[in-house]
Amino acid sequence: MVVKDYLLAQSVEEVLDNFKAYPGEARVIAGGTDLMIDMKSGKEQCSYLVDISKIEELKKIECVDEEIVIGAAVTHSQVNKSQIIREKAPLLSKASGVVGSLQIRNTATLVGNLVNAQPAADGAVALVALGAMAEIKDHKGTSNIAVEDLYAGVGKAHIDSTSQLVTCIKFPVLLPNQGSSFVRLSQRKALALPMLNVAIVLSLKADDSVEWARIVMSPVGPKPTRAGTAEKILAGCVVNDELISQAAKASINDANPRNSGLRGSAAYRKEVLETLVRRALEEAVAAAKS
Amino acid sequence: MELLVSPGETLLDVLREDLNLTGTKKGCGKGECGACTVIMNGNAVNSCIVAAIQAMDAEIQTIEGIGTSDNLHPLQEAFIDHGAIQCGFCTPGMIMSSKALLDKNSSPTKEAVKEAISGNICRCTGYVKIEKAVFAADEIKSQNPVGGEK
Repeated sequence: MVVKDYLLAQSVEEVLDNFKAYPGEARVIAGGTDLMIDMKSGKEQCSYLVDISKIEELKKIECVDEEIVIGAAVTHSQVNKSQIIREKAPLLSKASGVVGSLQIRNTATLVGNLVNAQPAADGAVALVALGAMAEIKDHKGTSNIAVEDLYAGVGKAHIDSTSQLVTCIKFPVLLPNQGSSFVRLSQRKALALPMLNVAIVLSLKADDSVEWARIVMSPVGPKPTRAGTAEKILAGCVVNDELISQAAKASINDANPRNSGLRGSAAYRKEVLETLVRRALEEAVAAAKS
Repeated sequence: MELLVSPGETLLDVLREDLNLTGTKKGCGKGECGACTVIMNGNAVNSCIVAAIQAMDAEIQTIEGIGTSDNLHPLQEAFIDHGAIQCGFCTPGMIMSSKALLDKNSSPTKEAVKEAISGNICRCTGYVKIEKAVFAADEIKSQNPVGGEK
């Protein structure tokens, strides 16, 4: 299908107007690093591309009332280098810093990573651990959905890119008693999809007991997967090496990686996952205590 | 410069086909090899997956613009001197990725250089001489601040 027109939107309203003007035929493009390839291969087709990369209000990273807001046109490079993110949500800086390659990170957006909805999307995995919400605008108005609930299946989000625009994602800053980590296993340091990634955000009480923990693993299912069993083991207990080992071991109960010729067998990945979760927990706990 | 482009064109298409600037190479066409790397508004990007219209009003630097055969850019000099070129296909992309780094970071660490070229695949050299060339270019640049750049 030939692209009939490429529209550079200057505002969110213009994006919504274009959805109305070309119902079902106009879709959002941000960095385009996934979409351009999908259109070339025929996996995605549309007649009109509505580019959001020039919309000023979508290019911001802001901290307002202890909540971080990242606009839909913000690139992975910008997230990785942002002082706000490095200080107040370091796991996200790390996650955005490992996507693809530097050239891709300079173009691709964090929100695009989410909407593309691959199970191990590094940005999405970190955002689930942060308990992030996505703000979505369409002709009905504005809605907010937890990033964790955005996945509809592999490569599909509960977003219709021909009628809805994710304008930003929001999450609370990490407090002094909270720690985070992002650990990735891949065959190369760049231009490699993750064999596994683990993102953790946890909160410790003054007595070093775990108030709550979000342990997110992927790709061990169709979407970033919470290690619910491990989280329950940690809750309310004083953290020590034995507890961490127990939780790490339990994490594989909630993991169901498939066999992949490129990214490792299910058996291998389940075995390695325990070590990655343990390392990620140790790192997050150390960060919470420091 | 002003150019009329088709909605579906990529920046690479425009450079090679419309402007005859064939120094930038098409490798994989999917943003996975870096052969098509150019500098857009100061950042290295894969031109094969940047929509041409997204580059509107942007400053684009390609390999053609950084030096001439009589006045090589320090990176070009260093790549030649250090044997960092074999078949040459990855070279324009490697140089543009390296230039994007050196333009922002005048004394990069080894890690920074590795990161800067980690999106550029070379099947010939094994990368070591390319890294050495980038450090050497940095040296040349600091000794000669006005060195063949456009």
